[in-house]
Amino acid sequence: MSNDVVLALVVITGLSFDFTNGFHDTANAMATSIATHALGPRTAVGLSAVLNLVGAFLSLSVAATIANGLVSTGLVTLTVVFGGLAGAIIWNLITWLFGIPSSSSHALIGGVIGATLAAAGSHAVKWQGLVSKVIIPAVLSPFIAALVATVGTYLIYRIAGSMREGSRRHGFRIGQVGSASLVSLAHGTNDAQKTMGIITLALIANGTLAAGATTPLWVIVLCAISIASGTYAGGWRVIRTLGKGLVEIEPPQGFAAESSSAAVILLSTHFGYSLSTTQVATGSILGCGLGKKGAQVRWNVAGRMGVAWIITLPSAGLMGAISYYIAHAVGGTAGVLIDLVLLIGISAAIYWRSRRTRVNRKNVNSAWTGTVAPSQAEVTP
Amino acid sequence: MSSWISLRAIGEIVVVGLLAGAGLPAIFAIGLRALGTPGKGHVKASDSGLVGGNPAGIAIAAGCFAVVLAAIGYGIYIIVISGHGAK
Repeated sequence: MSNDVVLALVVITGLSFDFTNGFHDTANAMATSIATHALGPRTAVGLSAVLNLVGAFLSLSVAATIANGLVSTGLVTLTVVFGGLAGAIIWNLITWLFGIPSSSSHALIGGVIGATLAAAGSHAVKWQGLVSKVIIPAVLSPFIAALVATVGTYLIYRIAGSMREGSRRHGFRIGQVGSASLVSLAHGTNDAQKTMGIITLALIANGTLAAGATTPLWVIVLCAISIASGTYAGGWRVIRTLGKGLVEIEPPQGFAAESSSAAVILLSTHFGYSLSTTQVATGSILGCGLGKKGAQVRWNVAGRMGVAWIITLPSAGLMGAISYYIAHAVGGTAGVLIDLVLLIGISAAIYWRSRRTRVNRKNVNSAWTGTVAPSQAEVTP
Repeated sequence: MSSWISLRAIGEIVVVGLLAGAGLPAIFAIGLRALGTPGKGHVKASDSGLVGGNPAGIAIAAGCFAVVLAAIGYGIYIIVISGHGAK
């Protein structure tokens, strides 16, 4: 009985993580379209939400990797999964506050692995799965995405460089609507599945499902809805950093960046690689800056992101471990409940802090002045 | 070592990624440019107009856009087929 309560809490926390995953990552698909005015901010997040919902139903390869490929399902308990999710949510919220497009996937995987290490020691982690399906794709994917986007941008400007400025902008804005839609779809196929995988893992840990089982339909539906609503909420802080902070983007560049992201993410989904859609999108945006002569890339912003990427796995892991220890020290359902209260408290504090320097759909495109939140003068135009 | 890193998969992601992620946008660009090619005796359209009015250009453009759409459709089809078949 008490196990069912904990299981319900884990599922709800998992869906909350999926929501933060949605709004943290809206930027991956839509930042460039919003920055080039190919889509209005509200339309962009709406379209992205719908396509994430659809994408979540398209594939289960990544969910299988997360559920069965990273930790020994026999050694994982519900408290472990809960601890991992709590760590992931907190890290996602902190990076969102600073407008850093860090990987939600790494937050999730880091959190779960941290909690597993704390609970059962290092033999419970399938290091080979972790390295081959997560770490190596994580290191390589931004470079591959940047390469593809650089080549794409270069080709596009070679081919369309002589077109009239007006028609070129118009044509590639239309292209952007298509390419950004594909990124959203791809995001649904890759990211929505990570939470599905974790909830499946929890169901296996609870004995509800047998080890190696595939994801049940109700989990797919709930995860699809959560990530879509999170996407619709729009993570304006991250959208601003990616759309305005890194490179000043023209429609042909945005189109090239999105095409590259969509191709790389969909291919990785195909191989069951749980890569970071965020890092792919960032790599692509850097690439579209590199491929156009005279485009300015703000390397200091890119560097700050790089640091955040490196520390995401260990930081989320640490938080996952801490929340496991807290729940474990108290023990049972009470331990998980105390964790939950802490989680809600910290989330509320971060949200409250974010209100002091708001970024929303009205000021998301204000000129980049070196900070996530535009200066006050620009907030009220 | 090969079970830690799959060079084949990575190679495939790079090659297919370049074809789909950079090649298709390039074809789209060719289509846009062909579409905008001015036709004989065509009155200059508005600055942001897309159709130039050259019949050959329009035909090339239609071909390019069809290739792009077909490739996208095929890609999604593959993902769906393999994503639910494999465990």
